[in-house]
Amino acid sequence: MRQIAIYGKGGIGKSTTTQNTVVALAEMGRKVTVVGCDPKADSTRLILNSKAQTTVMDLARERGTVEDLELEDVLVEGFLGIRCSESGGPEPGVGCAGRGVITAINFLEENGAYTSDTDYVFYDVLGDVVCGGFAMPIRENKAKEIYIVTSGEMMAMYAANNISKGILKYALTGTVRLGGLICNSRVVDKEQELIEALAKALNTQMIHFMPRDNEVQRAEVRKQTVIQYNPSHPQADQYRELARKIENNTELTIPTPLSMDELEALMMEFGIMEM
Amino acid sequence: MSVLETTDFRKQVVEEVLELYPEKAKKNRRKHITVKENNECSSCAVKSNAKTVPGLMTARGCAYAGAKGVVWGPVKDVTHISHGPVGCGFYSWANRRNLAEGEIGVDNFVPFLFTTDFQESDIIYGGDKKLEKVIEEVVELFPNTKGVSVLSECPVGLIGDDIESVARRMTEKLKLPVIPVRCEGFRGISQSLGHHIANDAIRDHLIGKGPKRDVGPYDVGIIGDYNIGGDAWASKKILEEMGLNVVNIWTGDSTVEMLQNGHLVKLNLIHCYRSMNYMARHMEETYGTPWLEFNFFGPTKIRESVLKIAAMFDDVIMEKAHAVLEKYEAEMQKVIEIYRPRLEGKKVMLYVGGLRPRHVVGAYEDLGMEVIGTGYEFAHGEDYDKTMANIKDGTLIYDDVTAYELEEFVNKLKPDLVGSGIKEKYVFEKMGLPFRQMHSWDYSGPYHGYQGFPIFARDMDMAINSPTWKSIKAPWAK
Repeated sequence: MRQIAIYGKGGIGKSTTTQNTVVALAEMGRKVTVVGCDPKADSTRLILNSKAQTTVMDLARERGTVEDLELEDVLVEGFLGIRCSESGGPEPGVGCAGRGVITAINFLEENGAYTSDTDYVFYDVLGDVVCGGFAMPIRENKAKEIYIVTSGEMMAMYAANNISKGILKYALTGTVRLGGLICNSRVVDKEQELIEALAKALNTQMIHFMPRDNEVQRAEVRKQTVIQYNPSHPQADQYRELARKIENNTELTIPTPLSMDELEALMMEFGIMEM
Repeated sequence: MSVLETTDFRKQVVEEVLELYPEKAKKNRRKHITVKENNECSSCAVKSNAKTVPGLMTARGCAYAGAKGVVWGPVKDVTHISHGPVGCGFYSWANRRNLAEGEIGVDNFVPFLFTTDFQESDIIYGGDKKLEKVIEEVVELFPNTKGVSVLSECPVGLIGDDIESVARRMTEKLKLPVIPVRCEGFRGISQSLGHHIANDAIRDHLIGKGPKRDVGPYDVGIIGDYNIGGDAWASKKILEEMGLNVVNIWTGDSTVEMLQNGHLVKLNLIHCYRSMNYMARHMEETYGTPWLEFNFFGPTKIRESVLKIAAMFDDVIMEKAHAVLEKYEAEMQKVIEIYRPRLEGKKVMLYVGGLRPRHVVGAYEDLGMEVIGTGYEFAHGEDYDKTMANIKDGTLIYDDVTAYELEEFVNKLKPDLVGSGIKEKYVFEKMGLPFRQMHSWDYSGPYHGYQGFPIFARDMDMAINSPTWKSIKAPWAK
């Protein structure tokens, strides 16, 4: 069983990329579980073809404690038998969402959510690694493989570099490794070259360049992934390719995060920042 | 030994004790320890109010301990909510001897513990709603409560709950002061910051906001007396016999109204300077209420303080003050005649909190005893300045002393009595040494005033001259 965590700047398309890729893996016959680690609970709706499912924490709050839950209440099967769970958590500005992630993941593990026939567990994690709670999926014995979704936009690259720092911390004390950057194109000049250069500087690879295509949005408004909505569309093949690359990926490295100066120098080199 | 020889010996002891530490710790700890010499104020040599180095065993508490345990807990007509997981509230429940008069559950809530008992989901979703519910339930159960204090535990600060807005809402809804106190334990380096935070909460939410009262010519308030074993009552008795009218006590046996009207007196008398000087200064700066530090431990210090206080008033008070001294000093002389022969020359080492490391020195000296070592858990520089005037040359001073250091100092200085807290008590008793708890008075008290001194003398005699100690030998006394 491979446990994979997807990180990246907020709004970069982590959940969309994760769900489309997971569906492609399921299409290849793999047994996949998706765990959404974001209080917004939008990591599974394209697979379940419905609004956000009941989350672990919301149900725990309703019933009293997490001990009052049954696994089947919060682990639901969606398209192609993909098993979906959402950690849930508080509305913005209240409480501690990080603690919610910790509690939810512990609950799933302790209650046997990851059956022996599972090939992949994907953790779709909120934005940046803001506190210890959101690093939970990459701690010991959880996700050992991280992919960072980024684009050629400056803030997305800042976030990718910052996430690499978090990975480095846990890589040095555990077994977590960086599997690569996924460039979710925003149609920025020289985007592919820039992200390839960033990947190289971070001691990793750009595992896939995902072109921008409105078919993704069309599928999303129907609460579907591209493969389900329009399986013969070229964008569906893009996700199939990313899935294959992840399946065959052996390049798992300890990242070498850049200093702010190095990162800015890189951006200048590719003309994003003017002197 | 001459004073000079004693001083040299004790300085040597300090070096020997510090020797065990690694270089960095040694350097750090040396700044916190000194021996008073040449009658100088050497407080500049005692570093204080600094972070305890991890690995050194400290007796300090946290900000929550300072705010809840010390300042707010004794306010009797307020229900105090420990906001967070149950442990902080439970383990600070009913373990300080701040006595209060009144019907329990009616106008005295001191013996109770209220907590929001945080669960996992309160951390994740925030505890504001639960706090609101608990406040409403507490007021429903105890409708006589005159206010509610909300004392933050660590997680509340970590998750950023907005207890201020809950307090504002509840104050309006319940028509009662609901006071948020942001005393999360991780703030600051000792309980001292908790005192300050608690003072600030009184300043921001109570002072000047109550039903006003007319100030009589002899109205005084006692500040920073928590009525341990009835101490505040003993002080009040003297002041009243002097013709003064004690209208407020902060916060031993106190009420919300006393806190609201603290500035409405002619003079504030501050007992524990460390924990409440902030409010004494605030009342002086904002309302022009003067304040004076006083000491009612032992007849010598009582005389000094009584005359100093009387000098702030008119001849009527001064005359009565002299009458008080005359009346009680004869009584105290009898006490001294009984106990002094039994205690003469006995040496004491102290390690306590806010004021006692200096304030009780005079009381021991009245009994012919000598304080050879003293120190504070959480004092600031000015506390050590005040201390120097009260102790003799050659006295060992130790700030935030570690368990190891105190044990070794006692081993080497061989006092006849150690006065400290519950954490130290059994260590020294097992070493075969008489010990008195100088935080709680060991279930005894009061020790203040003319009522307290005979009890103090009896207790010290009881500890030192107990036949128990003849039956065991201290390891070094072979």
